[in-house]
Amino acid sequence: MTFPWLTTLIALPALGAVLTALVPSGRGTLAKQVATGFALLTLVIGALISIQYLFDVDMGVEAETYEWIAEFGASWALDVHGISLALVALTVLATPIVALAMWHEAEDEKRDPKAFFSLLLVVEALTLTAFLSQDVLLFYVVFEAMLIPLYFMIGMYGGPQRRYAAVKFLLYNLVGGLAMLAAVIGLYVESVNSGNPSFFLPDLVALDIDTTTQWWLFIGFMLAFAIKAPLWPFHTWLPDAAAEATPSNAAFLSGVADKVGTYGMIALVLPLFPDASRDAAPVIVVLAVVSIIYGALLAVGQTDMKRLIGYTSISHFGFIVLGIFALTGEAATGATFYMVNHGLSTIALFVVVGFLVSRRGSRQVEDFGGVQKPAPKLAGAFMFAGLSGLALPPLSTFLSEFLVISGTFLRYRPAAIIATLGIVLSALYILWLYQRTMTGPVRPAVEGMPDLRTREVAVVAPLLALLLVVGVFPKPLTDAIDEAVGPTLVEVGVEQPEPLAPVAEHVEEGTGR
Amino acid sequence: MNAPTIEYAELAPLITIFGAAVIGVLIEAFVPRKLRHPIQVGLTLLALVASLVQVILLAGTGIVAAVGAVAVDGPALFLQGTILVLAIISVAFFAERRLEAGGDAFAPAASSLPGSEEERVLVRERMLQTEVYPLVLFAVGGMMLFPASNDLLTLFIALEVMSLPLYLLCGMARRRRLLSQEAALKYFLLGAFSSAIFLFGMAFVYGYAGTLRFGEISEALTANIGQDGVLLAGVGLMAVGLLFKVGAVPFHSWTPDVYQGAPTPITGFMAACTKLAAFGAMVRLFYVAFGGLRTDWQPMLWAVAIATMLVGAVVALTQTDIKRMLAYSSIAHAGFVLTAMVAADSSATAAILFYLATYGIATLGAFAVVTLVRDSGGEATHLAKWAGLGRRSPILAATFALFLLAFAGIPLTSGFVGKLTVFTAAVDGGAAPLVVVGVIASAVAAFFYVRVIVLMFFSDPAPEGPTVAVPSLWTAVGITLGAAATLLLGIVPGPLLDLAQQASIFVR
Repeated sequence: MTFPWLTTLIALPALGAVLTALVPSGRGTLAKQVATGFALLTLVIGALISIQYLFDVDMGVEAETYEWIAEFGASWALDVHGISLALVALTVLATPIVALAMWHEAEDEKRDPKAFFSLLLVVEALTLTAFLSQDVLLFYVVFEAMLIPLYFMIGMYGGPQRRYAAVKFLLYNLVGGLAMLAAVIGLYVESVNSGNPSFFLPDLVALDIDTTTQWWLFIGFMLAFAIKAPLWPFHTWLPDAAAEATPSNAAFLSGVADKVGTYGMIALVLPLFPDASRDAAPVIVVLAVVSIIYGALLAVGQTDMKRLIGYTSISHFGFIVLGIFALTGEAATGATFYMVNHGLSTIALFVVVGFLVSRRGSRQVEDFGGVQKPAPKLAGAFMFAGLSGLALPPLSTFLSEFLVISGTFLRYRPAAIIATLGIVLSALYILWLYQRTMTGPVRPAVEGMPDLRTREVAVVAPLLALLLVVGVFPKPLTDAIDEAVGPTLVEVGVEQPEPLAPVAEHVEEGTGR
Repeated sequence: MNAPTIEYAELAPLITIFGAAVIGVLIEAFVPRKLRHPIQVGLTLLALVASLVQVILLAGTGIVAAVGAVAVDGPALFLQGTILVLAIISVAFFAERRLEAGGDAFAPAASSLPGSEEERVLVRERMLQTEVYPLVLFAVGGMMLFPASNDLLTLFIALEVMSLPLYLLCGMARRRRLLSQEAALKYFLLGAFSSAIFLFGMAFVYGYAGTLRFGEISEALTANIGQDGVLLAGVGLMAVGLLFKVGAVPFHSWTPDVYQGAPTPITGFMAACTKLAAFGAMVRLFYVAFGGLRTDWQPMLWAVAIATMLVGAVVALTQTDIKRMLAYSSIAHAGFVLTAMVAADSSATAAILFYLATYGIATLGAFAVVTLVRDSGGEATHLAKWAGLGRRSPILAATFALFLLAFAGIPLTSGFVGKLTVFTAAVDGGAAPLVVVGVIASAVAAFFYVRVIVLMFFSDPAPEGPTVAVPSLWTAVGITLGAAATLLLGIVPGPLLDLAQQASIFVR
């Protein structure tokens, strides 16, 4: 038997969470060190797994299946494909960065930081399980279970309104999750009726479900994912959570954990309910376009920096959903790639804003001004992160946004054209935010603001470097994603429109070569 | 005429419990007061454990014993075993003496007038009343017989043997005695009323079928044609009696008052075990005796299930007392079980068995936690007093949160697997709309469970808040077992699911 790489990848953070929780209270620093250590260890394992798929080196990683609940035909079934690989890579990268970023945010609170660090690792383990799971029940279990640690992370650490934000987060997502539960049961009963009771994804994909049933099941799954991801009009919990959670927690929430929603759409909804997905695609595309424009417009109008970034996320999630439901290979590859890039970019933005907030003690845009004088490195990092948010070439976000829009253009021209407006708006909210906070006369309260410290550089530098490196050298990742996206779309059975130009060429364009 | 044969070996679990209960009564009469408490606790635990061992040894049996009166089969043995396990943990909670200075949760003498000189003297002398234990044994015996009853008379006798001790136990609270006695009286009056209706229904069914045995009633359904009115009236009236016992809407109104007034360990015992026994009896009656009529009773159960889930979940939202909130939550859970019952097949039976077992464990644990949060007036059951509990005693609050999450059906707790099984059975049985209602009710219910968690963990502690009493080993072990089982059955439910599935075939 080969080494169970995937189970190890999940078991490590889970073990880390337990050990962190066992650190005696009062030894906050030790707890942080243990947690960060385990997050880094997970990163190493994640990197080893990625090598096999990105560079075709055989590391012996393979699908794992162990019996879990035999009565239901549910199993602990894990596998990696291009889509999950991208998101696993994002998760293992983001967790140590978030842990480092949280280092001081947690100490400001009177609470023991160990709970936060322990819960962070719990969420990492659950998120990784969701991305790797090949069993619908297992996916559902971790999808729902991760709400509880996230709920405590928002509710115990964060701003004055955190309780409200935490409850809103939990209830919105629970409602979606329960709708999904009904659909999961419906799906299982379909498999029972077909004579092979199973929760194993390939078995379920092979089922021939009639269109009416597909519609009901589709609604159940999509409701959960649309709340999680969040898609307009199910988005209202996100700005509150983003504003009230600590910046690094908000970064992890919208950068990593919410990706489970968009991942579910592309990896579960499309292959499981091809007919319903095809029929509903125009509706979802409209919702996605509304999200893009609505999120961007509201971001322009925000006075609270964290809320602002929350709304930009809604706009960006709109792009991701648009790319998924355009049902073209190009757009789907772009959407998956976008999930990774949006993760990196949002985490960078939240983290830098977190540095600003911790220095000034305020999240309001109006309390800042001229920061680039006393803290040039901080302002530079903010600029860089902001530019990745507005998808400037050659940063990686550009390529994904481009792929989504050009892929959508093949099928839904008006949607692609309106979505392009979102890019214009993103330039507006980012640059205007930069102008108001970083340039202009130095405000008295901002004078003497310290520049980035070593730990903070260690947090931001990898993010910014990755945004640049992946932007210039995206091919291994996009190839891996492309390979997985192809079969998914074949499953949906839509005719692929004639591409205006093959994906490979866009990649070349994106690199500027 | 031949003497009837009695299968003593197969009936041994029941005989053990009833025998021990009678011995308990004799102990009350002849043993000096000081010695009674240890002897009664020891005898009760011994009888329960012995009976449990006998039930386990009988596993796999499938016969009708005592001339057709008692079924010894999978569902009966599964429920008897579960009731015994829950009763053992309950008795551990009854025996707790560290929470009330020098006493337990029960009034020193149930007959003394509340607030009288007699009561004061008894409290001062630290008198313990031990009638509780034989009463509990009788109740447990009734509960074990109820789901095993295979004819109408035994069913009715089991119902009364189970209910009468419970009426008494409800009135025995040490604190807030008037509330407790009021609860007991309410429960007794409404319970007697429902028993009468149940008996009336039995008469109709007997009139139609000309027999008391379930199997023969089932045969009569196909033989006798043209007297459906009498039969349906009978089924309906019997359903009222059983739905009253499980606390289904519209026969639920006793639940909050009784749950609140009864001594909390008794509430936990009652909430967990009565529901188990009553659902067990109901499933047997409706599947075995009235199985041929299912198209007639399914619509009624549909309506009752929908009303029960919605009323339980919605009314729980407005509660400010933790025991009342748990009462309404138990009503909603009865509704969830009913969704599976509508499906009427063996997978539904397995789902119900599993659900009842996991729900019983979590309920017992939750009420035991309630006994520990105290202020000067006894248990601090008002929700406002629970604010900030997570800061003062994080472990206790986390345990309670675990039970609440299990009630809410969050994954990785036993409640999730339970909900999954009953809803799957319902969809499989063609009741998908019921599951949609169930999901909506679950979402509403999640709100009030979460509200308590918010209160415990995110609110600042009240300045004169309650203290968390340090329990003796009895309670601590009981709560730990409950929490461990709740978590374990959420992660690896396979073995218990398997057991429930094997036990889901009724002998006819």
